[in-house]
Amino acid sequence: MASEWKFTAKEIAERPDLFMSGHRACAGCAPATVHRLVLKATRGPTIATNATGCMEVTSTIYPFTAWKIPWIHTAFENAAANASGIEAALKILRKKGRLEYEHVDVIAFGGDGGTFDIGIQALSGAVERGHDFLYVLYDNEAYMNTGIQRSGGTPLGAWTTTSPAGRKIPGKPQLKKPIADIMVAHEMPYVATASPAFWIDLIKKVRRGLEVEGPAFLHVIAPCPRGWRSDPSKSIEISRIAVETCIFPLWEAIDGEYNLSAPSKLMALRPERKKTVKEYLKMQGRFRHLFKPEFEHLTGKIQETVDRRWQKLLKRCNMP
Amino acid sequence: MNTEKKKGWKEIPMAGVCWVPSTSYLTGDWKIYRPVWDSEKCTRCVLCHLYCPDGAITWKAKTNEMIFNYDYCKGCGICEAECPTNAISMKLEGEP
Ligand SMILES: Cc1ncc(C[n+]2csc(CCOP(=O)(O)OP(=O)(O)O)c2C)c(N)n1
Ligand code: SF4
Ligand code: SF4
Ligand code: SF4
Ligand SMILES: [Mg+2]
Repeated sequence: MASEWKFTAKEIAERPDLFMSGHRACAGCAPATVHRLVLKATRGPTIATNATGCMEVTSTIYPFTAWKIPWIHTAFENAAANASGIEAALKILRKKGRLEYEHVDVIAFGGDGGTFDIGIQALSGAVERGHDFLYVLYDNEAYMNTGIQRSGGTPLGAWTTTSPAGRKIPGKPQLKKPIADIMVAHEMPYVATASPAFWIDLIKKVRRGLEVEGPAFLHVIAPCPRGWRSDPSKSIEISRIAVETCIFPLWEAIDGEYNLSAPSKLMALRPERKKTVKEYLKMQGRFRHLFKPEFEHLTGKIQETVDRRWQKLLKRCNMP
Repeated sequence: MNTEKKKGWKEIPMAGVCWVPSTSYLTGDWKIYRPVWDSEKCTRCVLCHLYCPDGAITWKAKTNEMIFNYDYCKGCGICEAECPTNAISMKLEGEP
C-alpha cells in the first residue's frame, strides 16, 4: 500500500479549488462540496469525466466550465467507459513518448442513477478489465437532474416523483442496492465509502484510490436539499448523521479485506452513541409521510434493515 | 431582450467545448441571506472553507483571515450551521 498522506486543514485550504466557484448547483448542494473535496485530494495532473447528471450539467453550462482540469462528458451510461478510454490513450501516448507527464490520474464521477442503474455495465466492465482509475459515486439517492426519480440507490420509504407516497405505496417499496459490496465482489484493489462531513477521511480515501494500481471505487453520500426536501444549511449535518445512525457506515476494503473507518469504528465500539434512524429521517421532507400513523411501521423496518446490514458489515470487518 | 446573434456550430469550439471559467459567472445574487463573519469568535479552523459547496470562503494565509466572496455565495447557510464557534451568522440581504 502507498505511503500515508498526512495533511492539515490549512494545507488543504491553501490548495486551489480545481472545481471552481460559479457553478450552477443549487444552494446547499453537497455533491458540489464532494466534487471540491475530491479535487483537493489530487496528487498531480488529473483528467476527469462525468456521467450525465446534476454535477455534469451545473458545472458546464456552455460556454462556462467549473473544471480547472481537463474534463470530458459524453453520455449518461458510460463514465467508466470514458475513463477506460482516457487511461488507454494515456498508456499509448506514453509508449510513443508523446506524454510529457510521468503519470496522469483519471477520475470518473457518476451519480446514483449513472452508477447503480444505467452505468453499472460500463463500470463493471472497466473494473474487470483492470483500468487504472478512480470512480467516485456521488450518491444523492435519486435522478435529481431530471426531477427526482427513484433509482437503485434510493432508500426504502423515500418519496420521489416515481415512488410517490400515497395510499398505494409508502414511498419507494424496495431497498437500496448495496453497490459498494457489489464492487468489492469484483475483487478490485480498493473500495471505500465516505461522507463529506468526515472530510479528512474522504480526502485520504480519494488519495488512496488514486495511488492504488488498478481500479478504485469510492461511494460518497451526498445530500441534495432539492430532492431530499431538506434545509440547504443541513446538507453536511445530514451526511454526518447518516454515518452516526449507521445508515451509511464508513469503511474501506483493500484487496477485499473490509475495515471500518474511524467514524464508524466509534459507533461499533460505543454503540450507545449510535443515533436512531428516526433522527435522520425527520430531517428530510422525502420521509415526512413515514411519521403518519399509517406508515409508522415502516420506520421500524428501516431500522431493522440498517441494523441487519450493520451487523453484516461488523462481521466482515472482524468486529465483535 | 438580448438581440446579440448566437454563434452557429461552425463558429463555436469543436464538440461544444466549454472554455470560459465559471468564475466569470456570478451566482451571488441567488442569496436571500448572507453570512457575516466575526473575526473575534473565529478560530480559523477553516471548516467553513472545506464545507462550502461554492468555494465562496477562502483562508488568506498572509493575514490569517477568512474571506467571504459574496459574488459566489448562494446563502445556503452551511457555513453558519457547521461553524464550531458560532462565528458566522446569516443576515437578510440588504439589512446591516
Ligand atoms: C440514455 C439516457 N437516458 C436518460 C437521460 C436523461 N438523464 C439525464 S441526467 C439523468 C439523471 C441523472 O441521475 P443521477 O445519475 O442520479 O445524477 P444526479 O442528477 O442525481 O446528480 C437522466 C435520467 C440521458 N441523458 N441519457
Ligand atoms: S438538485 Fe440536488 S444534486 Fe442537483 S444541483 Fe440541486 S442540490 Fe445539487
Ligand atoms: S468555521 Fe467558523 S471558526 Fe472555523 S474558520 Fe470558519 S468562521 Fe472561523
Ligand atoms: S452561505 Fe453557503 S454558499 Fe455562502 S459562504 Fe456559506 S456555505 Fe458558502
Ligand atoms: Mg442522483
